[in-house]
Amino acid sequence: MKATPLRIVFAVLVVIIVTASLFPFYYAVVSSLKDGGDLFRVEYWPANPTWDNFREVLTTGSFPTNILNSVIVATGVVVLSLFLSVTASYALARVSFKGKGLLLLTILSVSMFPQVAVLSGLFELLRVCGLFNRLPGLILANMVLTLPFTVWVLTTFMRELPKEVEEAAVMDGAKPWVIVSRVFLPMMWPSLVTTGLLAFISAWNEFLFALTFTLTEDSRTVTVAISQISGAVQNQLPWGKIMAASVIVTIPLVALVLIFQRKIVAGLTAGAVKG
Amino acid sequence: MSAPDAGIAPVFTKMRRERTKTAWLFMAPMLVVLAAVAGWPLLRTIWFGFTDAQLSDLAAAKFIGLANYLDWEESGYYGLLADPDWWLSVWNTLRFAVVSVVAETILGLGVALALNVSFPGKGLLRTAILVPWAIPTIVSARMWNWMLNDQFGILNDILIKLGVISTGIPWTADPAYATWAVIFVDVWKTTPFIALLLLAGLQSLPTDCYESARVEGIKPVRAFFYITLPLLWPVIVVAVIFRLLDALRVFDLIYVLTAGSKATMSMSVYARQQLIDFQDVGYGSAASTLLFLTIGILMVLYLRLTRAKLGQ
Repeated sequence: MKATPLRIVFAVLVVIIVTASLFPFYYAVVSSLKDGGDLFRVEYWPANPTWDNFREVLTTGSFPTNILNSVIVATGVVVLSLFLSVTASYALARVSFKGKGLLLLTILSVSMFPQVAVLSGLFELLRVCGLFNRLPGLILANMVLTLPFTVWVLTTFMRELPKEVEEAAVMDGAKPWVIVSRVFLPMMWPSLVTTGLLAFISAWNEFLFALTFTLTEDSRTVTVAISQISGAVQNQLPWGKIMAASVIVTIPLVALVLIFQRKIVAGLTAGAVKG
Repeated sequence: MSAPDAGIAPVFTKMRRERTKTAWLFMAPMLVVLAAVAGWPLLRTIWFGFTDAQLSDLAAAKFIGLANYLDWEESGYYGLLADPDWWLSVWNTLRFAVVSVVAETILGLGVALALNVSFPGKGLLRTAILVPWAIPTIVSARMWNWMLNDQFGILNDILIKLGVISTGIPWTADPAYATWAVIFVDVWKTTPFIALLLLAGLQSLPTDCYESARVEGIKPVRAFFYITLPLLWPVIVVAVIFRLLDALRVFDLIYVLTAGSKATMSMSVYARQQLIDFQDVGYGSAASTLLFLTIGILMVLYLRLTRAKLGQ
């Protein structure tokens, strides 16, 4: 990095990468602030910004319900998968027993399942259980995506906690449940936040299950709602409305990612590379 | 010395047995849920693949052997393996997976190398590349749908102003361009992920090689090809296979970006269309099973490699 021309090339490359990363979202925001006719004139800055698209998306139709649905599903998925994986990861990280390696590999391989491979089986299961077209059904279906991942990452994190603390607790005669809830849980908050965030993002973004296991407009999640927005006339999509809905759905995620970026990067690499 | 040992040993054995019992108890809820939402449905899907199940009445499904896969009737072969649309979706999926993963890896390596040196604005770069990753796939598909629009899209506008083209190109609607549009958007969205994985790998490389390379006066480009690349190779291989497995099951992006187009249809899109849109659960399940097998074989390869890496 001594030669100046090299520095300029490097700086230009960095600017290109940053622009390419951010511009599409910026352009979605610009488009969402434009009104009917303005939309069909390409502008890099909205000449006559208006909130009409946002007002329409948030006050008419089922989009507010869809947002609530997504919040409920994603929160439910986070709570359930963390609850199930905290105790499981203690056993997987701290206790040595026969068949553990195979069990861990099986759990990891579930995270590689193509979703469509469980689609017909899950469809039948949810219908039999009366959970079809209902949010609890979606929460349950999402476990396929999040649970292997949360178990895996929490196990990785839990392995790294010092052994001495647990030994001291065992010497004092503490039962395993007490060790998990009183000794490990307080030390695990940072990793729980990371794992919970990643589970939230994957449930919020999930599309195939939500598309297949819901029928009515008011049980849809936001991703399905956005994919289904269509205009009164065919081939004339209300792009302003679609962009407004997209911006509403994306802003919380972008905010979360920016606030917790270090944690998210740590969780991602723990989930993939250390695997 | 031996007397107290003999007394303690059975206590330890008992303790270990207790611990093993607790371990299984602790894992039980997680295992039950995974078996219910992953194990059982997978087995049902495989079973449906051998039946004539219809969506409206799954209970009436009858066993028909391999007829969904391949069947001979008077006029010729029928079934998945004789369906040109299925083979087109296989080809589409493989091409998508290979091209986009190769592009993502090369670009991701570049971004990772940039993030591995310190310069002003490094934090901004790292934050910026996380944005495409954080945007839901459905939203990015819609965003690019709009930007790639043939009449009002900004990309055509830029290209026309630059004089590259004279009329707008329907990037997502024209089969000749749609495949590339899908690959392009996937590369845009997923390169950050690969970059972060490779950056973690780069940061764990030993620094002393670079020190001696610098002392020996070896140029950075040579150092990259003779030191960085070989050392990073295991991480690259794992990241590539991980991404390939993910790319082979692609659904969301293709479903929304090029809705219903045969030219880009992936195996997942094909299977869901049969299952839900055509209500043919038997046939769609057979397609799902084949996709599962494809990914399963690659998965075994992946697990072998990671285990080898962990064993080092």
